[in-house]
Amino acid sequence: MKFFETLGQKPWLTPDTGGTAAAIPLETDQLAAARIALRFVMTIVSVLFFLFIITFLSRSQYPDFQALAGAPWQPFTDTSRLWINTGFLALSSAAMQFGLISAQRNALRGAITGISAAVFFTLLFLLAQLYLWQYLQALGFYVGTNPANSYFYLLTAVHGLHLLGGLVVLANVVFRVWYDERPDTLAGPLQLCTTYWHFLLVVWLVLFALLSSKPETINTLAALCGF
Amino acid sequence: MQHVAIADQPDELHDPDTFITKYIWSQDHKVIAIQYGLTAIFVGLVALVLSGLMRLQLGFPDTFDFIDPNAYLQFVTMHGMIMVIYLLTALLLGGFGNYLIPLMIGARDMVFPYMNMLSYWTYLLSVIVLLASFFVPGGPTGAGWTLYPPQAILQGTPGYDWGIILMLASLAIFIVAFTMGGLNYVTTVLQARTRGMTLMRMPLTIWGIFTATVLGLLAFPALLVSAIMMMLDKVIGTSFFMPALVSLGENLDYTGGSPVLFQHLFWFFGHPEVYIVALPAFGMVSDVLATHARKNIFGYRMMVWAIVAIGGLSFIVWAHHMYVSGMHPAFGFFFATTTLIIAVPTALKVYNWVLTLWQGNIHLTVPMLFAIGFIFTFTHGGLTGLFLGNVTIDLPLSDTYFVVAHFHMVMGVSPIMVLFAAIYHWYPLMTGRMFNETLGKLHFWFTFLGTYAIYLPMHYLGFLGVPRRYFAMGSTDFIPESAVSLNASITVSALIVGVSQLFFLYNVFWSMRHGKKAEPNPWHATSLEWQTPDVPPHHGNWGPELPTVYRWAYDYSVPGAPEDYIPQNHPVSAEEGTAGEEEAHA
Amino acid sequence: MKLAIVLVLLVIGSVLFHFLSPWWFTPLASNWDTIDTTIDVTFWITGAVFIAVNLFMAYAVYRYRHNPKRRAHYEPENKKLEWWLTIITTVGVVAMLAPGLVVWADFVKVPEDADQVEVLGEQWQWSYRFPGEDGKLGAVDARWIGPDNPFGMAPDDPAGADDVLVRSNELHLPLDRPVKLLLRSRDVLHDFAVPQFRVKMDLVPGHVSYVWFTPTRTGKFDVLCMELCGIAHYAMRGYVVVDSNEDFQSWLGEQPTWSEIQGIPPGDAVAGQGQYATCAACHGAQGEGNEALNAPALAGLPDWYIARQLAHYRSGIRGAHPEDTYGQQMAPMANMLPDEQSVRNVTAYLDSLPAAAPASTLPGNPKAGASHYTTCGACHGAQAQGNYALQAPRLAGQQDWYLKRQLDNFRQGIRGSDQRDNYGHQMVLMARALQDEQSVNDLLAYLNTL
Repeated sequence: MKFFETLGQKPWLTPDTGGTAAAIPLETDQLAAARIALRFVMTIVSVLFFLFIITFLSRSQYPDFQALAGAPWQPFTDTSRLWINTGFLALSSAAMQFGLISAQRNALRGAITGISAAVFFTLLFLLAQLYLWQYLQALGFYVGTNPANSYFYLLTAVHGLHLLGGLVVLANVVFRVWYDERPDTLAGPLQLCTTYWHFLLVVWLVLFALLSSKPETINTLAALCGF
Repeated sequence: MQHVAIADQPDELHDPDTFITKYIWSQDHKVIAIQYGLTAIFVGLVALVLSGLMRLQLGFPDTFDFIDPNAYLQFVTMHGMIMVIYLLTALLLGGFGNYLIPLMIGARDMVFPYMNMLSYWTYLLSVIVLLASFFVPGGPTGAGWTLYPPQAILQGTPGYDWGIILMLASLAIFIVAFTMGGLNYVTTVLQARTRGMTLMRMPLTIWGIFTATVLGLLAFPALLVSAIMMMLDKVIGTSFFMPALVSLGENLDYTGGSPVLFQHLFWFFGHPEVYIVALPAFGMVSDVLATHARKNIFGYRMMVWAIVAIGGLSFIVWAHHMYVSGMHPAFGFFFATTTLIIAVPTALKVYNWVLTLWQGNIHLTVPMLFAIGFIFTFTHGGLTGLFLGNVTIDLPLSDTYFVVAHFHMVMGVSPIMVLFAAIYHWYPLMTGRMFNETLGKLHFWFTFLGTYAIYLPMHYLGFLGVPRRYFAMGSTDFIPESAVSLNASITVSALIVGVSQLFFLYNVFWSMRHGKKAEPNPWHATSLEWQTPDVPPHHGNWGPELPTVYRWAYDYSVPGAPEDYIPQNHPVSAEEGTAGEEEAHA
Repeated sequence: MKLAIVLVLLVIGSVLFHFLSPWWFTPLASNWDTIDTTIDVTFWITGAVFIAVNLFMAYAVYRYRHNPKRRAHYEPENKKLEWWLTIITTVGVVAMLAPGLVVWADFVKVPEDADQVEVLGEQWQWSYRFPGEDGKLGAVDARWIGPDNPFGMAPDDPAGADDVLVRSNELHLPLDRPVKLLLRSRDVLHDFAVPQFRVKMDLVPGHVSYVWFTPTRTGKFDVLCMELCGIAHYAMRGYVVVDSNEDFQSWLGEQPTWSEIQGIPPGDAVAGQGQYATCAACHGAQGEGNEALNAPALAGLPDWYIARQLAHYRSGIRGAHPEDTYGQQMAPMANMLPDEQSVRNVTAYLDSLPAAAPASTLPGNPKAGASHYTTCGACHGAQAQGNYALQAPRLAGQQDWYLKRQLDNFRQGIRGSDQRDNYGHQMVLMARALQDEQSVNDLLAYLNTL
C-alpha cells in the first residue's frame, strides 16, 4: 500500500528544503543492505524451486511417471530415512538459532558452540543425503530410469548446493569477526545466516512432502495447477 | 555479503593506485561498467559479423562456399543468443546499470563492490565458455537461439554434442553473474540513495534499470531450470523434455517427456527478457529526450506506472510465443488478451515521449537524433507486435520473416538506438571529452536509414509467407523471383549498416584522446550524475560530502528560474519554495 | 529540420512501399477469409497510428527546434489528455482484439463432419495416413517404428489394418470438405504450414496436435516445415493437391493400405540373378560398375534405394531430362524389368553381392572434404553408410566420378527437379551448398577414405 502511495506522489510540486530528505539516513547501513539482498536471494531461490516443482507436477501427468511413494516397494512409502535426515537439518537450524541468541547476548562461547553444532549437523545432513542417494541406487532407482527419480536427485542436489553456499557465507562471516577481533559485530550477520538456514529447512520440508507424496496427492496437486 | 562497502566512509576510502587494482581487479562501479561495456561490445561485434555472413547467404545464395546449412544455422543461433543475452542484457544492465545507478542516486559505489567485481569476472567467464564453443568438435550449437529440445540435443542439428553443452553451461554461468550484479543494483537503489532522493525523484533511467533488474532476478531462474534439466537430458539421459522418439532411424531410450514444457519454461524467461532489454532503454531514452528538449519528461508519474505495469504484465504473456506450438489452443484467448493489454501502457510511453518534444526547445544533438530515431523504430516495431500478439493473425505470420523483422525492429534496432544515444550522451561524463559531432551524425544517418531499409521490406517477405531459419528458399510456387532481389537489397543495406559502425568505433576511440575537453555539465542536465566535483568522477564519485537532493530530476525550463535547468542538488530559493507550496495547495 | 523532413519522407515512403509492393499474402485457398479480415482491421488501425504519431513527431521537431530566445513550455503532466489517450488506445486495442478472438474460437472448434487425416513429420520428410473404410485411425507408438513400419502401427490393432498409408510428401485433399489434420512427429518439432491456407501448427513428438481448414480452390500448394528441425529444415517440403472429389477418390484408391503393405512377398535372389544378366553388361557381373560405360557400382547400394531409382526411371521421374544423357540410356533398360516382383528379385540379388572398393579418380584434399561432409553426414551417416530412415543411400564404396556427375546434375536440376521426386528435391537444395569443383573433389576424396 505504501508503495502505491509513493507512486502517487507528484515530485515536481514538492521541491523541499530538507524536510522529507531527513527521512532517509545518509550513512548506508551495510547490514540493512545485506538484509534486503537476503530477501531477494530467498525470493529468487523460492522462484527457482517453485519452477522446479511446477515442472514436476506437469511432468507427473505423463503416463511414464512413477511416484516414489504409494506402493510398498517404492522407497519413500517408508519415510523413516527422510525423517532422520530432516532431524539433522532441523537440529542445525536450532543450533544456529541458539548461536544467534548467544551472540545477541554477547555470550561468545555459546555462539561458537551453536555455530559449530550447526555446521556439524549441516554436514551430517549432506552426508545423510548422499547416503540416501546410494540407498536408492542400490534399490535400482537410477537417475534416468524414471522422471520421479530424476526429480529426486535433481531437487536434493540443488537444495544441497544451496546449503553448501550457505556454509561458505557462514565461514566468511565467522572469519571476518575473528580477524577483526570484533565479537560484538557477530550478531547482525549471524541473524541473516540463521534466517537463511530456517528458509532452507522450510524448502526441504516442502521437497520432502512433495517427493514422498502418493500418486493421488500428486495428481490432485497437478489438477489444482491445471495440468 | 559481509564485505564492508566503501560506500559511505570517505575517510576510509583508499584510491587504488596500482594499474591492476585500478583497471583489472577494480571494485569501482565505473571501471566495472566500462569492463562490462567493452566486453559486451566486443561479443556484439562478433555477432554483427555473424549476421553479415547470414545475410550474404540469404542475399546471394549459392555463392559462398564456406557457408553450408550447418554453418548457417550456427551463425543464426550464435547471433541471436549473443545479441539478446551477452550484448543487450550485459551492456544495458552490467554496463549502464553499473555506471549510472550510484551516480544518479548519489551513492559512492554499489553496496557490495566485491560482489560487483565478481559479477563481471563471472560474466567474462561465461563469454569465454560461449566463444570456446566455436573451437570444439562439431562447432557451436545450431539449434536456434530458443534451443528447443528434442532437436537441440539430437543428431541432425549442428553442435548437438559439445556445442549445446557449452551453450547451456555458459548460460548457467551468465545467470550466476547476472544474479550477483542484479542483487547489487536493486539493493543499491533501495538502500544507498542519498539524502532527499525519494523514489519518485529518481530519473526514469533508474526506474527502468531497477524494474528490469527485478524482472531479471525473477525470470532468469526459469532459464536456469530449463538449462539444468536439458543438460541432464543430454548428459545423463533423463527424460524431462524428451519423449519416446526415433532419431534418424534409431530408437532412443527416452520416454514420455514433454518438449512443450521446455517452451513454457523458456518463454517464461524469454518474454520478461524482452522487457529486461526494453525497460532500461525506455528509461534512458526518456532522460535523453528531456535533457535535449529542455523540457521535463511529460507525465513522469504515468511513465513510472507504465514501467511498473509493463514489468508486472510481462510475466503473464509468455505463451504468445507458443500460439502454434501445439499447446492447448484455448490458452490463446488468455494470452492474446494479456498481450494486447500490454500495448496500452507501452503506447502511453510513446505518446509521452512525443509530447515531451511538443513545445520543447529541441537541440538536435547526436544523442537526441538517436533518441528520436528510437521513437520512430519503436513505434514501428511495437505496432507490428499487435499483429503477432493477436492470436489469429499469428497463424499465418508466425515463423515467417515478419517475426524476424518485428523483433529486430522492437528489440534489436530500438534498444541499440538507445544504446548509441546513451553512449553519446554520457560519453563526456565517462571520458571527460566530447566526441566528434560530424562522425556521430554520419553514424546516425547510416544506422537509422540503413536499418529501416533492412527491416521494412523484410516484413513483406513475411506477409508473403517466407519462412525464417531457411538456409535457402529453393524453388517454390508462391514466392516470386522479385523476392530474391528484395533479399539481395536487404543484404546490401545490412552490410552498409554493419560497416558504418566503424564511424562509431573510430569516434569512440579517437575522441578518447583527441576529443575536445568536455565542460563539467555539457548538456546542462539536471540529474545528479552530472553534478560530481570531477569529470570524469573519481573513485568514490563525490567529494567529502554526499550531495543532497532537493527536487525531482526534470526541472527544465521552470518559469522564473534564471537558467533553463535546475540541478537536483540545487537548494530551493525562498520564493520558489512558497510558489511550490501554493501550487500544491491549488 | 533535416530530421523532420526525413521523418515525413519515411512515413510517405512506407505507405508507398506498402501500396506498390508486389509482396503480399498469397491468394487464399481455404475457408479462413476471416483471418484476412482480421489482418486488414489491424493493418488499418496500426497504419493510422503509425502515420499520426510520426507526422506529429516530425511537426514537433520542426516547430519546436532550438531557439535561444525561447524557453520550453513547463508542464509536468496533463491528466485529462493522458486519460483521453488511454481511452482511445484501449478502444483501438479492443477493436483489434475482438475480431481476433472471435476467429480464434472458430479455429479452436473443429466442425463435427470434418474428415480426419494424419500428418506424420520426421527429419526431413512428410508422410500421411488416412483412416480407411472404418473411419478410424489405428493405434500407433514410437516403439513400433522400424524399417518395415515407418508409421509405428500397432501390430495388434484391427482398426489400423485398413489405414491408407501415403509414404510420399504429396497429400491429396478433396475440395470443399472440412479436414482436421492430426499432426504427429516421430523425432523433433516440425510445423505443417501451407501459406495459401493461412493456418499452421507445430508437430510435437509424443503428442498429437491438430489444425483444421476447408480447401476452397483446386491446385497444388507447397507444404513447408516452419519449425527449425535440424540441418535440412529448409529442404523439408511437400505438396497438398486439392482435387475434385472424384479425382481425390481415385487417387486414394491407388494408395496401399497397411494390410496390403504387410502382404508384399520378399524378393527372390536366385530368380533375380537371371534377371540381372542384362544389367551386368554395363554394371559388371559383381555390380562393381564401369567408368568406361558410365555405369555406377550397384553392389553395396541398399535394396530400397535401387528399387526407388528403378521406379523413378520407369515412371520418367529420373532419366527424362533432355540433358541427362546417361539417365536417358538407363530409362529403357529399367523398363525391361516386367513387374514389381522382378524389381524386388533383382535388388535381393544385388544385396547378396559384396560391396566394391573402387579406386579414386579425382584429385582432392580429404581433409578439406571432411568439413564439407558434416552436412551430408546428417543424412548419409558419419561413415557414409546410408540411412534407411532418411532414405539416404550409402555413399561409401560408390565410384567418385559417378557421385560427381550426380552432384552436378542435382545442382543444375537435371536430376531431382521433378516434383514427384521426394528426396531428389532435397538433394537439389543440398548440392547447391557446394559452390565449386574444388569442394566437390575434396568431398569425394574424403568419401573415398571411408
